[in-house]
Amino acid sequence: MEFFVQLLVNGISIGFLYGMAAMGFVMIFKSSSVLNFAHGELLAFGAFIFLTMVTWAGLPVYAAFLISLTGCFIMGFVIERLFLRPLIGEPLIYVIMLTVGLAAIFKGLMLLIWGGNLYIYPDFLPPNLSIEWGGINIPPVYVLSTMIGLLFLVLLGLFFKYSSQGIYMRSVADNQTAALSLGVHVRRVFALSWAIAALVAGMSGIVLGIINGINVHDLSSVGLKVFPVVILGGLDSIGGAIIGGLIIGLLETFTGGYLSPSLRDVVPYIVLVFILLIRPYGLFGLVEIERV
Amino acid sequence: MKLQLHPCGNFKERYEDELTIFETDYGRLWLAIGLSMLFGAVPFASGPYLLYVLNIIAITSIAAIGLNILIGFTGQISLGHGAFFGVGAYAAAILATQVHFPFLLALPAAGLITAMVGMVFGIPSGRLKGLYLTIATLAGQFIIEYVLIHWDSLTQGTRGIVLPPVSIFGMEIIDERGFFYVTFASLVLMTLIAVNIVRTRYGRAFIAIRDNDRAAEGMGIPIFQYKLLSFGISSFYAGFAGALWAYYMTSITAEPFTLGLSVEYIAMVIIGGMGSVAGSIYGAVFITGLNETLRWLTDIFMNIDALQGAGLTIAPLRELVFGFAIVFFIIFEPRGLAEVWRIIRSSFRLWPFSY
Repeated sequence: MEFFVQLLVNGISIGFLYGMAAMGFVMIFKSSSVLNFAHGELLAFGAFIFLTMVTWAGLPVYAAFLISLTGCFIMGFVIERLFLRPLIGEPLIYVIMLTVGLAAIFKGLMLLIWGGNLYIYPDFLPPNLSIEWGGINIPPVYVLSTMIGLLFLVLLGLFFKYSSQGIYMRSVADNQTAALSLGVHVRRVFALSWAIAALVAGMSGIVLGIINGINVHDLSSVGLKVFPVVILGGLDSIGGAIIGGLIIGLLETFTGGYLSPSLRDVVPYIVLVFILLIRPYGLFGLVEIERV
Repeated sequence: MKLQLHPCGNFKERYEDELTIFETDYGRLWLAIGLSMLFGAVPFASGPYLLYVLNIIAITSIAAIGLNILIGFTGQISLGHGAFFGVGAYAAAILATQVHFPFLLALPAAGLITAMVGMVFGIPSGRLKGLYLTIATLAGQFIIEYVLIHWDSLTQGTRGIVLPPVSIFGMEIIDERGFFYVTFASLVLMTLIAVNIVRTRYGRAFIAIRDNDRAAEGMGIPIFQYKLLSFGISSFYAGFAGALWAYYMTSITAEPFTLGLSVEYIAMVIIGGMGSVAGSIYGAVFITGLNETLRWLTDIFMNIDALQGAGLTIAPLRELVFGFAIVFFIIFEPRGLAEVWRIIRSSFRLWPFSY
């Protein structure tokens, strides 16, 4: 029973992280319907900047955190400006292949700079953040990840609902031509959505790094696990991303705990195939009806 | 019969003219010369290393042609081509060792098995518009990798399988030169099939789906079946190439068939030129050449004393160069080397009055 509850807690916290990683992915998909295959590399980028700031530059944790988030934000802008803007108006297939290429570039760069080793952050979380409750121990990282996940969910929800930029983004997602003709600055919307997505990705990369340690290969494979999450939640639903993340996270920890640890990393993809069979638009995705 | 060498303009009077492979006899002539050089002179003029590289080029070209039928002609992306290549390799190995299939039968059988495995992942996504196939094949990549490693009784897990030597009609093929004939004969055959598939109603339906799937559906093309067919053909090519590769390497493990390999094939198709069968071969030549150059370069760097401790490895460099090649071609020449070659050719033809 205790084992079960411990797995449950772990699953929920990991799930929140997957959900957060997926939120960034959904942001990009919503505004430009691009599947971003470089998302895992953005996660790893955030984690590594934070690592460099904390260990090499020796900055205090808060400053390092702010700097890495800013770095990710700028990175998102730069990616959009350099690589995606020349492709506005080109077929989508080119843009998606471009993100595959970008993923390879970033992975290669990070491997060149930091190598393929496993790094760990120095221990900086206050131990009184952990929760002890009847024999179940929730480590501080998990508490933190859940809090951050909820915070970002609320922030992004408010952003899309009330801020003018958020409303522009939704309008571009809904109908790009109509948004253009109403005077929405579509290019700025794309840039902003990439920047915010990179920021959210970097954030979840840092928290994932605290939990599992930082390794280029591990973090970039999390970026691919985003796909089962978003397909389950619905490709264009931010709340669905969190729910999907929770389900996939729970599934993974329970498979790892009860069935076999090696099956753990494959289960999300098996689920993915079944969702595509049964309910391809996911739990909360928009059902597209098209008559020819 | 009079040979027609130079057309005096680019005009077409019948639909058949649009479908011809060679517009002039000039092309046919060059192809005949090229093929006879390839089979008559190249294997005797080149050493074992060059023959090895050429064999690898021929095998990867076959797989790249398959992927190009899917990406370039049907407009669907597969991220599982590396895994399907692996399925072909394993299918051939298992058929050869456990069922004792002869070489000539094992190749197409491996292709068919791979096509069927591909369909399993293609069916759920084919029903949907958009790029769901990409996501499904990504899942396929990971599931296949897992199965290849963990289905111990069939694939022998991490120990791998050793294949029997190739024999065609009692003739044993052991050296690189013998394999050269096998791989390049297969390449010529598969290229011929691909070029002709593209010209048939199937190929034209694929192109229609790529260009506008709603219009294609409106004209009565059953999109689901054609997408699935295209995916099946592409998987068949991957499986065929994988089987050849397995025989060539004589022993296989699950290690090489990763997502990285799939990305490598995508890079070949983009760099070579989407929607061009010849382009896939250019892409395969480019990427294989790049791989060999990088290996050579890292060997040199490793031997420089100052860099000995730097722990330089080939993997990140390869990723980096592939990534840059993909991005560079998409932004600056999305139609790839095939288009570059066409421009060069026509500028020669039109010189000095280039318009």
